[in-house]
Amino acid sequence: MGGEQAAYRDFLQKLSAHLRAFLRRRLFGWPDEVEDLVQECLLAMHNKRHTYQSDQPLTAWVHAIARYKLIDLLRSKSTREALHDPLDDDLAVFAESSTDASDARRDLTGLLETLPERQRLPIEQVRLNGLSVMEAAALLGMSESAVKVGIHRGLKALGKRVGTLS
Amino acid sequence: MKTDDLIFLLAADTAPVASHAASRQIAIAMALGIPLAILTMLLTMGTRPDLVHAIRFPMFWIKVLFPAAVACAGFATLARLARPGVSARIGKWASALPVLLLWLLAVAAYVSAAPSERAGMVWGQSWQTCTLSVLMTSVPIFVAAFIALRQLEPTQLAPTGAYAGMLSGATGAAIYAFHCPEMALPFLAIWYVAGIAAAAVIGATLGPRLLRW
Repeated sequence: MGGEQAAYRDFLQKLSAHLRAFLRRRLFGWPDEVEDLVQECLLAMHNKRHTYQSDQPLTAWVHAIARYKLIDLLRSKSTREALHDPLDDDLAVFAESSTDASDARRDLTGLLETLPERQRLPIEQVRLNGLSVMEAAALLGMSESAVKVGIHRGLKALGKRVGTLS
Repeated sequence: MKTDDLIFLLAADTAPVASHAASRQIAIAMALGIPLAILTMLLTMGTRPDLVHAIRFPMFWIKVLFPAAVACAGFATLARLARPGVSARIGKWASALPVLLLWLLAVAAYVSAAPSERAGMVWGQSWQTCTLSVLMTSVPIFVAAFIALRQLEPTQLAPTGAYAGMLSGATGAAIYAFHCPEMALPFLAIWYVAGIAAAAVIGATLGPRLLRW
């Protein structure tokens, strides 16, 4: 949280493994959803990391967020399932629910396309090509701080869009 | 996108964040909302004409300090509710305490008063408008608190909304006290508390809709 890149990446890696185990245990009915939810939690924790205080146990914070996102998912699932019940034989509704299911398979890459260029390009350079912030800045002809701001704002926007989709 | 890619990306954004964000964000919201609420009160109602005279009576200060105490407890509770994985149980008790104390005092005042004065202590001259005026005064604080909470991470949305409503209702009541001419404890115990409770109910209703993240 203090701003050390390598240490932070290491931490996120461990965190994602922990989250995956935590969520898989609770979502055994929908194994496909686990990875989506792990990503959503990581993004939420990253964007809202200011709500963590170092005098508080980290696992309590992580689990509270993961549980919140899990309940959110289950609630949206249950309202969707509940819609089916009275309408068993209605063909039109069946068609609708199957597109619903494929829409719910979120893809962050798709969401990335909707961001403005100033945020999307730095994110793509750093993610796809594995460049450091400094290299991406030189490649894009942007200042280093502009790349950092672009990534930062882009991640915030991404987090918001994930939230409104689910 | 693979999760490892996402992690790589997140690690590139290492802007350090300030600590104590929750209390600070809510405090900023209060600092913006309170002047607006005072302005609302001054423009729509104005202070009571005998304010200079009234501030000499302890009852006037009870009317300001009781809601202020509720607001302080509400603030502390809200700052905990806005952070995941932190228990807010102590704060919930703390905010009930001033209300219980006021009710005790009000019952004592009602019982010890002469029967002919009792109705006046309950209804006063302004019971029809009091609760609504408290609510109106609290609107700017309510809006500011909800905007601040959207930057934070409340995991229990309805209680968070309720405490945001309680905080703004109580602060609004403390500001409204500078207009309100009533000087009886039972009046305070019923109509001010009703205003604060109404704000809390509105907050609890709107919380799950407005605070999702």
